Amino acid sequence: MRGLSPALITAIVLVAGFAACAVQFPNIASTRVVGNLLTDNAFLGIVAVGMTFVIISGGIDLSVGSVIGFTTVFVALAIERWGVPPLVAFVAILVLSAAFGAAMGAVIHVFDLPPFIVTLAGMFLARGASFLLSTESVPITAPIYSTVSDFALRMPGGGRLTAIAIIMLVIVTGGVLLLHLTRFGANVYALGGSRATASLMGVAVGKMTVKIYMLSSLLAGIAGIVFSFYTSAGYSLSAVGVELDTIAAVVIGGTLLTGGQGSVIGTFLGVLIQGLIQTYINFDGTLSSWWTKIATGVLLFAFIALQQGLVALARRPATKRLGAAT
Amino acid sequence: MQNSLDPAASLLEVRGISKSFGAVHALQQVDFTLRAGEIHALLGENGAGKSTLIKVVTGVFPRDAGIVRISGEEIAPRSAKAALGAGIATVYQEVNLLPNLSVAQNLFLDRQPMRFGIVREREMRRRAKALLADFGLDIDVAAPLGNYSVAVQHVTAIARAVDLSARVLILDEPTASLDRHEVEILFGIMRQLAGRGIGIVFVSHFLDQVYEISDRITVLRNGRLVGERETASLPRLELIRMMLGRELAETTSERASVGEHTVRDVCASYEGYGKAGYVAPFNLELRHGEVVGLAGLLGSGRTETARLVFGAERADCGQARVEGAPVRLQSPRDGVRHGFGYCPEERKTDGIVAELTVRENIVLALQAKRGLHRPLSRREQDEIARRYVKMLDIRPADPERPVGLLSGGNQQKVLLARWLATSPRLLVLDEPTRGIDVGAHAEIIRLIRELCDDGLSLLVISSELDEIVTYSDRVVVLRDRAHVEELAGEAVDVGNILAVIAADGAVTAHEGRA
Repeated sequence: MRGLSPALITAIVLVAGFAACAVQFPNIASTRVVGNLLTDNAFLGIVAVGMTFVIISGGIDLSVGSVIGFTTVFVALAIERWGVPPLVAFVAILVLSAAFGAAMGAVIHVFDLPPFIVTLAGMFLARGASFLLSTESVPITAPIYSTVSDFALRMPGGGRLTAIAIIMLVIVTGGVLLLHLTRFGANVYALGGSRATASLMGVAVGKMTVKIYMLSSLLAGIAGIVFSFYTSAGYSLSAVGVELDTIAAVVIGGTLLTGGQGSVIGTFLGVLIQGLIQTYINFDGTLSSWWTKIATGVLLFAFIALQQGLVALARRPATKRLGAAT
Repeated sequence: MQNSLDPAASLLEVRGISKSFGAVHALQQVDFTLRAGEIHALLGENGAGKSTLIKVVTGVFPRDAGIVRISGEEIAPRSAKAALGAGIATVYQEVNLLPNLSVAQNLFLDRQPMRFGIVREREMRRRAKALLADFGLDIDVAAPLGNYSVAVQHVTAIARAVDLSARVLILDEPTASLDRHEVEILFGIMRQLAGRGIGIVFVSHFLDQVYEISDRITVLRNGRLVGERETASLPRLELIRMMLGRELAETTSERASVGEHTVRDVCASYEGYGKAGYVAPFNLELRHGEVVGLAGLLGSGRTETARLVFGAERADCGQARVEGAPVRLQSPRDGVRHGFGYCPEERKTDGIVAELTVRENIVLALQAKRGLHRPLSRREQDEIARRYVKMLDIRPADPERPVGLLSGGNQQKVLLARWLATSPRLLVLDEPTRGIDVGAHAEIIRLIRELCDDGLSLLVISSELDEIVTYSDRVVVLRDRAHVEELAGEAVDVGNILAVIAADGAVTAHEGRA
């Protein structure tokens, strides 16, 4: 399948990294650590699925971190201050964030603006709106939060597969199916190949753009709810800079930043690699947590160099000629 | 024009199409008729209006006047997609497919076989394989399209178009990047499609291929219809005359003033100069006060020669001399250093900087020649700009106006001024009168003569043979990327040039990039 060979490299890096960590700290190789890894990175994994679609289609979405932040504040206030039942609050915020994404997609298409600018505006807008709602951290005490936090599937070896980890795995699976098995997925690749050509070939480019950004914001909304489960609070400063972590995960996962190639599986592996680095630093105990950023930066460089190398390879003159077919 | 045809037989009818871009008439009252099951060549030199006609018919450009009928039904597509819906598909030289998608996805994008919202990948691949098998292609349809050669991509594009129930297939220069063997295969496919009743428009500048494959030929020149003929009854000389020549009677008289002056010093000379696969080695002498014309069909090596002469392209053999001294021309910088100037054909993309003012455009080359460390003062710039605006009569006479707002003829003059400001000894002009209205046309030609009388050496490319004979002292005729003949003095006339271009059997088969 397309985009799988760079993802394979990501998988190899992940396995090798995990093995190296396990050699130094044998405790890392346990379902307990893996379970925590999934739980801690659940929101990142969810939002990265949406970002994968956006980047493959040739765009970028800088607003996702702010949408997560806004979501946590909105959900916390709705439940704690406005007395809205949690499920109603969830539905409301998901509708709101999907509409927000759709609006950004529409602006990008109708005014033919660079997604970078439009979503940058969206980023400020959503972050500003969350400050408007509340500048302080709002703890959430609703019973559903403790229920969800307590829920977990026991894995052999004592690990816990928490509810939010399960949500992420379901969404990643859904993303894989959507991207690789549906017409929508094929159109996402088509857009990333060339918008003009895709349009000439009959793809409804405008509708697709709206849908792709809607999907990204919707997943950011879900990630926001998951984040609120994770922290049991709503805070307007939460998930600052997450959009960049997300883009990093997508690129490390083998998705081409210029669009047209990539995979959700690769992105998932990219998220796990970032989580693994964080875990290693926690185990080590002496390293500053900023080393996560440094390691991520080095990995990013390595993967971008790798991609450019692969692209250069692919651009070599084709050797397969028509003549061979007759 | 054969207008007395049975309308029932015509598949695509284009009547009285006109299209202007600003003051330039790209198409004027053009008719075109395509019958079911025929392969119809659409010919003309660069700027004749072939691409514009295709784009107007397929709705990429809106048309100013005229109607398009398909099977007798009037259509007015607003986009290529709408044209496709009406049954007209176009395959361009640069294939409009997505190289990052698989061959199968490209064939079935947005109409994949589905079950429960899931693309039936296996079914899609099976159908793609069957579809391509019709075209004699047996490839792995799951691989990305970009992995295959241009020929395969062309066939894929044609297969997609035909499968989208296209009745009219327009192939724009489909063979330009194919080798001989691939061309044969493509022709086989075209004949097979024509046999199924599909009408094919074949745009190409390879005349041998046109004679090999087409049933009928329509020729455009300067946005007007020259005529429609049956290929079998159209001699090659007559075809070339249609493509290049105007009525001969009105042109031959104008050549009296040229060729009177004495032979002057050689300005630049080229001996055995050439580049493999680009232009065959040639000898060329350019003298002061002399205009040398380059004539030949599109793709015959005219522009290639000009680029070698200027230094925009590096030669791999031969020796260039300037005023008798051997020089090396490795880059445009070298050309400029030796006092050469070059006005390329693509004025808009390679020449002017549309956003900059007339003044800034004029001083560009002079400043580049002087180097960044010796900037021209604003006063000097104003002085130079004013002088050339006056000398070349650039209108409006406002040096501070962005060049993009000027008409084509005035843009061309600004380009000329840019090079004249560097006081060159040799100026190379590629199609200086392309896309310019008639008044400006005559003025540019007058300028060329005047510059030449001032001792400048000029090398001019033009598709307008009658134009080239009015100002050239000598004409070099090119064919198949080689200089085949040099005409001088009395021999310079349209008839002789045409005869050389069409010399019997000499237009050998195009070998492609073998």
